[in-house]
Amino acid sequence: MLAIYLKELRSYFINAIGYVYIGIFLAISALLFCYTTLISNTYSTSNYFSMLILVLVVLIPLLTMKLFAEEKKLRTEQMLLTAPVSITSMVLGKYFAAFTMYAASIIISCINFLPLYAVAAMERSEAGQQANYIHIGPSDAQILGSLVGILFIGAVFIAVGMFISTLTENQLAAAVITIATLVAMLAPASINNEAIISSYAVRFVIDWFNVLSRFANFSAGKFDFAAIFYYISLCSVFVFATVRVYDKRRWG
Amino acid sequence: MIKIEHLVKTYGNFTAVDDISFEVGAGEIVGFLGPNGAGKSTTMNMLTGYLSSTAGSIEIDGIDILAKPLEAKKRIGYLPEQPPLYFDMTVKEYLDFAYDLKGCRLDRKKHIDEICEVVKIKDVYHKLIGHLSKGYKQRVGIAQVLIGNPKVIIFDEPTIGLDPKQIIEIRNLIRNLGRDHTVILSTHILQEVQAVCDRIIIINKGQIVADEKTENITRAVETSRRFSAKICGPQREVLAMLREKPGIVYAEPLAERDGDAFTYMIESDVGIDIRKTLFYTLAERGWPLIGLESLGMSLEDIFITIVDAQGQKKNDKAKNSRVKRGADAERDVAARIMEKTAQSQKSAAKSIFDRRDD
Repeated sequence: MLAIYLKELRSYFINAIGYVYIGIFLAISALLFCYTTLISNTYSTSNYFSMLILVLVVLIPLLTMKLFAEEKKLRTEQMLLTAPVSITSMVLGKYFAAFTMYAASIIISCINFLPLYAVAAMERSEAGQQANYIHIGPSDAQILGSLVGILFIGAVFIAVGMFISTLTENQLAAAVITIATLVAMLAPASINNEAIISSYAVRFVIDWFNVLSRFANFSAGKFDFAAIFYYISLCSVFVFATVRVYDKRRWG
Repeated sequence: MIKIEHLVKTYGNFTAVDDISFEVGAGEIVGFLGPNGAGKSTTMNMLTGYLSSTAGSIEIDGIDILAKPLEAKKRIGYLPEQPPLYFDMTVKEYLDFAYDLKGCRLDRKKHIDEICEVVKIKDVYHKLIGHLSKGYKQRVGIAQVLIGNPKVIIFDEPTIGLDPKQIIEIRNLIRNLGRDHTVILSTHILQEVQAVCDRIIIINKGQIVADEKTENITRAVETSRRFSAKICGPQREVLAMLREKPGIVYAEPLAERDGDAFTYMIESDVGIDIRKTLFYTLAERGWPLIGLESLGMSLEDIFITIVDAQGQKKNDKAKNSRVKRGADAERDVAARIMEKTAQSQKSAAKSIFDRRDD
């Protein structure tokens, strides 16, 4: 598993894709941050995070599209599948490599918060005595909670993208289908109310796949274990499905 | 070392491998031979744990591949038809990856150095695999197979796409590997098996049709009583003479013409060397003999005969039709083989390349 993990991680940087991903991610997140906080004249980061999630829908497929599609195309998967490594650890090695890239980009993007804290420090010194009675500055709990939440949402997106990557040899197809699937997971949330969909069962299913609705608590600075459990199980479902795809191919 | 029992693989209604059993001992080099689509690669893939079997068992070094796949896979080195190379890695990175992937415990630097020495890739060690020539890529693939010193090595068509010099080098390499590894070589190139293997297993339509020592098959090749003779003269008269001549049991013109010379296939009686008397008889008649060639059955002929015979048998069963039997039928096959041999010998040098490509 470690060998595959390291190989995947290295391959992000041998090809341009790793740099492209991190570059685009940092540029867009910085831009979003400017617009949603500094320019909008607010300390609240909730808009920043909810827009960042939409950006992830487009960026995560960059990380996942090649995971299996490329191996299949170059027939290198035979080497992995005939090596003394189980399918599960092969899949997990790849999954964690993509997740590491993603987590790294999220962590690096935390430098976005520095200007906000700088502004807060400035305002506090201007406010003088008053600063002791009211809170001036961004909410640490909101930022931390949102960071944890977005890490898990990204983890789900990666699992979905990885699963789709096993279904095709074509990286571009994998990326496009992943984007479509992620959009299909998120979009129905906006119409998911009783006025439009009367059936409770349908609403329940749509809600089950709606990773955004569980993000609200994180965004409010609450650490929601139920949501974390939900995200982890959603990841497991797709990781398991990926393993099954390979298992099924073996049994032909 | 390898023990396969009643192996079956079906895809829906299609049976790719149909009840195959064989054993391979330690240090043996076995050629696994069959036309395209015979089930070679499927068998190889099951042997390496890439595919699972529908029924039957595979044991590698006494370990069942389905029960303990990781243990069994540690003992196998596999080179698929298309070597599994990452073109964006250097040879060093790739071999390091293979070393880690296989969880090898040997001294890394020394082990990889030795392998590079054996397959002669030292001079490209720091180059990108994508920039290497086909021959080097193949060798890097073989190097990957050797990492971890597996007891069983499986090659699927290892010389495809190589030039003749490289082919010879790879064959020598495989033969050397056979000294301390068990090697299975899957191919449809017969010379390759003849040159490298101790034993030949021929498979067709998912079934084993022959399992023989290479010597036995080669012996059959050498003891032939068939000749192709190129004789100037009127075809019909020459043929009549040949058919009447004592010592010749069978003569047939081949569809080959060179000016006024025709080629005939002749089969002599057992234990008679007709070459001298044939020469004198033809000289008497004033028909110059301009070519006489012994047509030993090449491995290819044996292969075609066996595969055809199997097909014939199946047809018989299915249609229950009357098929020419006995000597006549045999001669028909022989004539067909001779014709094919004549063609192939004509382009002997060329055919090496052709077969390599097909």
